[in-house]
Amino acid sequence: MGEKIIKLPDVGEGVAQAELVEWHVNIGDLVREDTMLAAVMTDKATVEIPSPVEGEVTWRNGDIGDMIAVGAAILKIKTASDGGEEEVGIEPTVPASQPEPLSVGPEPIAEKPKPAPEITPPKQIATVGPKSGGVGQGAPRAEGEKPLAPPAVRLRAKEAGIDLRQVPGTGPAGRITHEDLDMFLSRETGSAVATGLQLNKSVQEVKIVGLRRRIAEKMALAKSRIPHITYVEEVDMTALEELRARLNGNLKPGKPKLTILPFLMRAMVKAIAEQPGINAHFDDEAGVIHQFGGVHIGVAAQTPSGLVVPVIKHAEARDIFDCAREVARLSEAAKNGTVLREELTGSTITISSLGAMGGIVSTPVINYPEVAIIGVNKLAIRPHWDGTQFVPRKMMNLSSSFDHRVIDGWDAATFVQRLKALLETPALIFVEE
Amino acid sequence: MKEIACKLLVIGTGPGGYVCAIRAGQLGLDTVIVEMAKPGGTCLNIGCIPSKALIHAADDFYGAVAMAAGKNAMGIRAENPAIDLAKTMAWKDGITGRLTMGVSGLLKKAGVKIVVGRAKFRDGKTVAVETETGQQVIRAENIVIATGSAPVELPALPFGGKVISSTGALSLTEVPGRLAIVGAGYIGLELGIAFAKLGSKVTIVEALDRILPLYDTQLTQPVAKRLSALGAEVLLGTKVRGMSATGEALLAETGDGEEKRIAADRVLVTVGRRPVTEGWGREELELDMDGRFLRIDEQCRTSMRGIYAIGDVTGEPMLAHRAMAQGEMVAEIVSGKRRNWDKRAIPAICFTDPEIVSVGLSPDEARAGGREVKVGHFPFTANGRAMTLSSEEGFVRVVARADNHLVLGIQAVGTGVSELSAAFSLAVEMGARLEDIAATIHAHPTQSEAFAEASMRALGHALHV
Repeated sequence: MGEKIIKLPDVGEGVAQAELVEWHVNIGDLVREDTMLAAVMTDKATVEIPSPVEGEVTWRNGDIGDMIAVGAAILKIKTASDGGEEEVGIEPTVPASQPEPLSVGPEPIAEKPKPAPEITPPKQIATVGPKSGGVGQGAPRAEGEKPLAPPAVRLRAKEAGIDLRQVPGTGPAGRITHEDLDMFLSRETGSAVATGLQLNKSVQEVKIVGLRRRIAEKMALAKSRIPHITYVEEVDMTALEELRARLNGNLKPGKPKLTILPFLMRAMVKAIAEQPGINAHFDDEAGVIHQFGGVHIGVAAQTPSGLVVPVIKHAEARDIFDCAREVARLSEAAKNGTVLREELTGSTITISSLGAMGGIVSTPVINYPEVAIIGVNKLAIRPHWDGTQFVPRKMMNLSSSFDHRVIDGWDAATFVQRLKALLETPALIFVEE
Repeated sequence: MKEIACKLLVIGTGPGGYVCAIRAGQLGLDTVIVEMAKPGGTCLNIGCIPSKALIHAADDFYGAVAMAAGKNAMGIRAENPAIDLAKTMAWKDGITGRLTMGVSGLLKKAGVKIVVGRAKFRDGKTVAVETETGQQVIRAENIVIATGSAPVELPALPFGGKVISSTGALSLTEVPGRLAIVGAGYIGLELGIAFAKLGSKVTIVEALDRILPLYDTQLTQPVAKRLSALGAEVLLGTKVRGMSATGEALLAETGDGEEKRIAADRVLVTVGRRPVTEGWGREELELDMDGRFLRIDEQCRTSMRGIYAIGDVTGEPMLAHRAMAQGEMVAEIVSGKRRNWDKRAIPAICFTDPEIVSVGLSPDEARAGGREVKVGHFPFTANGRAMTLSSEEGFVRVVARADNHLVLGIQAVGTGVSELSAAFSLAVEMGARLEDIAATIHAHPTQSEAFAEASMRALGHALHV
């Protein structure tokens, strides 16, 4: 009989530790080779750790949410083969669907708390109820049976004016413990209201782990470091929508369907050419701004597995169809969970778009250390005063945030006004200057 | 004499009354207690304590007699052991004296005022006490009746002359040559065994067809065996008629109508105790009764506001520790605390030879509700400590629910098992399961190991049997 010690593998360049986000096996489980043992998460991605051997799990180290150092032993597996303790290195599997936490508008996080895939089921603490077990543990108290409680619990209940018959006992044989009484007391204070509506004073504790923790940290970093200035402007999308409808109506085979995003991307490329300071990373610790020639646009999007921000690399070198194709490909990959880690990193500016959920105004949070984020609000037909009368126009707001340390209000406004001009007169997007 | 007004007045300084008063004093209640004889009541003066003293003396003497007769297996020999019962009684009185003094001291320490005399209710708030120096009227917001109980007298055998009660038996200065005992309850048997050991020819007459009717035969059988070994005769199903005309003998009639003449120097009547419900002015009050007893609720409240009753006057079991617990509870209730009687069990002990202890339900009582039970039984013959004490008679028995192993009752019979009652009571009161007891380390070598073993046996895995 041998024993394999499974250590946390090197999960990425420069990564010294990873957060344990899920155990796939319990002690005593029999595993085959390549059975997934655990998932850990680095800044970039979730890494699944497969078993290199077949055997029985005999030891497990760490709880969900713990930071594990690379090289630390995390599991022991008893194997049938000979040989004493053996350390095993594993090639981690980097899977897909690992969303890069990115600062986008607050909506996906605040209003749509879809648990990220790596978040374990909420651990509910505020639950009482008789536990039942096998023989000896005993069933919950039967109707009319006297409550079972030690004298000290009885005394406390009496002093608190509590009828122990009302208190569920979780102890052996349904014994009411001090904890049961605490729980009951905490619920009791404020009891039933005359309407029959009950106060719910339960508190659920959900451990913030994995992607959610990454997002939380990054949001806090962005908001604490960056003084945001958010600028909202309305854009008349009527002309662009006519153009888009026409292009989509006569699509040549192989050409992707166009959404608003490729137009916005191309407009951004144009505007950035005039204001390169917008497409930059501000290394505030070094006091250096890196202005990028390439425009790598992160596009925040919700997928069934959570918030995903794939990056359209080098938008400056892609035409409108190419942009559309790349957006479609990446969002499809994100939905399927086949998006690569490289495709989730390296953005220089970000678009936050929630389509029909886009609302009227948002206050997007900049994806640190970027300096700008463009928020797309909902497109809607609104009355527009053309000088003589109200006419129905397809209007859409852009809510954009800028790092006010390095971008003045004037520059921010100039950039957004440039985007507005380009989008309202879409031909300008395609004119080579 | 100037009237006394107080928050709490306790009538009777037995274990219920004095505990109630001490606790009330501790809680800062202005408390008065009335005692007509000596503090400590029946328990300290003419009950629990003196009888245990006599039983201990009898055991020692009997052991010495056995040594003298060459019947000591350990090889100890003695010659001509003798007992001076008058000295035994003086020693016993010394113990009770110290204890009653102690009670007085504790009452004073707690700031309780003691009034000596016979108390009589005038109304629900007023009591008059006839003291040596005149009548003392006490007005109290709350009154606790703790008047206790007294031996039952048989009309055919009025106390006096040869016919004595337990009180009389505990003050005999000579061992009676022939002692007839009427009633095979625990008092009769405790004293009967003691006098048999002291050398009396004991005959016990019981109207029912068994001894110690409160306990099952499994528990009483070792006691019956011991009685027989001690040469005590037990006449079951036999009714007493009275004394013979000459006063020489006790007349009785057996179940088959046979006339029995039991020559006796003393006739001890122990046919039970009656609550003391007269002589303290109950007629001035409107107290509901529960048979012979004062009716109380789960807070020891009588049917009159502000009047509580505790102890033997309130019913069975007439045990000092029940009265003490009630007294403590009532003091706390009067002080404003929320309390009610919520005990799971009241232990009961027979200081016979061997001793019997019972806490909670017996197997039959547990089954009576139609409940399935597990019973674990561990004999002292398999217990090392019992062997070293030459006391292998008896066993520990644990009764638990079959479904969740909750311990419902624990009984034991054997030498010295009275001290095991602490563990038994705690287990039942805490709601222990068989597993709790089985998994608790019981010190070796002690008789208490039999407790854990009985629990293991109920679980099907006793180690030493």
